[in-house]
Amino acid sequence: MLGYLTKRLASAVPVIIGVTLLVFLMLHMVPGDPAEQMLGEMAVDKTAVANLRQQMGLNDPLAVQYGHFLGNILHGNLGTSMLAHRSVMDMIGKVLPSTFYLTLAGLGVAIVLGTLLGIAAAVRQNTWLDTSSMVLALLGVSMPSFWLGLLLVFTFSLRLGWFPATGSGGWERMVMPAFTLGFGAAAVIARLVRASMLEILRLDFIRVARAKGLSEHRVIYRHALKNALIPVLTMVGLEFGRLLGGTVVIETVFARPGIGRLIVDSILKKDFQVVQGAVLLSAVFYVAINLLVDMSYALIDPRIRYQ
Amino acid sequence: MAQPEPAPDSLWRQAVRRLQRNPGAMLGLVILAVLVLAALLAPAIAPFDPIKQNATDAMQGPSLKHWLGADQFGRDILSRLLFGARISLRIGLVSVGIAASIGILLGLLAGFYGGWLDMLISRFIDLLLAFPGILLALVIVTVIGPSLFNVMVAVGISAVPNYARLVRGTVLAARENVYVEAAEAIGARDRTILVKHILPNVLGPVIVLSTLGIAGAILSGAALSFLGLGAQPPTPEWGAVLSDGRNYLRQAWWISTFPGLAIMVTVLSVNLLGDGLRDALDPRMKL
Repeated sequence: MLGYLTKRLASAVPVIIGVTLLVFLMLHMVPGDPAEQMLGEMAVDKTAVANLRQQMGLNDPLAVQYGHFLGNILHGNLGTSMLAHRSVMDMIGKVLPSTFYLTLAGLGVAIVLGTLLGIAAAVRQNTWLDTSSMVLALLGVSMPSFWLGLLLVFTFSLRLGWFPATGSGGWERMVMPAFTLGFGAAAVIARLVRASMLEILRLDFIRVARAKGLSEHRVIYRHALKNALIPVLTMVGLEFGRLLGGTVVIETVFARPGIGRLIVDSILKKDFQVVQGAVLLSAVFYVAINLLVDMSYALIDPRIRYQ
Repeated sequence: MAQPEPAPDSLWRQAVRRLQRNPGAMLGLVILAVLVLAALLAPAIAPFDPIKQNATDAMQGPSLKHWLGADQFGRDILSRLLFGARISLRIGLVSVGIAASIGILLGLLAGFYGGWLDMLISRFIDLLLAFPGILLALVIVTVIGPSLFNVMVAVGISAVPNYARLVRGTVLAARENVYVEAAEAIGARDRTILVKHILPNVLGPVIVLSTLGIAGAILSGAALSFLGLGAQPPTPEWGAVLSDGRNYLRQAWWISTFPGLAIMVTVLSVNLLGDGLRDALDPRMKL
């Protein structure tokens, strides 16, 4: 067990290093000179550009620059925004909690809704409940989240006035974004839970449980569901990443502050230092979550070994 | 004397027959055929110019003149959607083409040759997978700039890991077959083994993944355009048309509603067909 955990932990190291390299190169592949972009209209002054290039270390060999970049990251320094003239770390720190809560809430919606739909469909296989659950799941994977978000805003904010359409803070501003974010993932989880439940309900230990005279409720929730949820757990790691990426769109639709919106705004404003920092942090965060999921998977199911 | 048995149907023919018996897949195929036809015939059947502005019709609701209403510039939504179908379907096909060709090549090389090549490719795939969801496509768009073609490249590259991993896994499994061992034993060249014995195994799963991938690519492409990082105005890409109507939701719900519906119906039909293909080609396939 310990061997598996260390190996899995070690396998994340090259990925993280690769991510830093890719994100570092990204800034260098963007067309245009970073110093000129930072100076904006003042870039006509060639000496000012040359001075800033020197100051930013842009004249150093790429490898040296990458070394500095890594050193800065380890010191928690992600650079300075060219436009806001603020530390990128500060800018991210300010919006990080909002994205984190939104992702968690979306994941909550996905797990609860997905599991319920999946169980309902499996237990009532080939009935209208099964069909309608699976039609709903199919709609969930086919519906663009930005469209669902706008439909919710139109119905529940503009027409019914139940929830505020934009902004963050308070549960009433979380309901619609969380549902919009989680609905697609709920669909994926519902299909998985259904397939997994159907497989397990055919196994011998379920027949034994029924033969013992256990109530159907107990058979399903105590015996079948526990086993059916194991594949769901791995899916949760993957879906968490999708949700984290999905916040990019959801935060724009609901005008919520967050890392996703920060990235999109910064790309549009060509404030690449911020894009770099925010992308790097999101990727590291995602790798860490997947690591945790894999490890908990190994703890729950001891048959899993590193291959 | 016993009659010779009729030659059994080929596996492909059986798969086609299974597909034909799947009502969901057939529904998807019919919807998709209608969409493709609408896209091809757009110049002939669209009632208006999709780009020309007409101030007098601005924000008009659905009517006999504008079946799906008009946007804030008086452009006919139906005409924009018909021309937009050409763009969205092209995003789906081109992105998947890019993703599948690079992904299959990487997967074949990694799975067949193994060793350091496999390690290198697998690490590269892990690296691409470290960027959650649409983020990798965003990074690529940041570097190459926002435009319709760049969206196809970005969405395509970000889907490469799916194909590479699938193909690598399938190749590793196919290599275990006795006929591959036999081909190696009689000294067949690598290329012959790859093309004649291994590639046919890969084809089925790749067809399924590509079909489902078209659905994902259309969604990602529309999302990037919605964010302003894809098709630029006045291109009638569906995500962009939808985004146009965002600020007019209260006064003119139709501007955003119909493009969203178009995206959903298209993605739904592709998903139905993809699910059907998976069941027809290999019911055990876990995709």
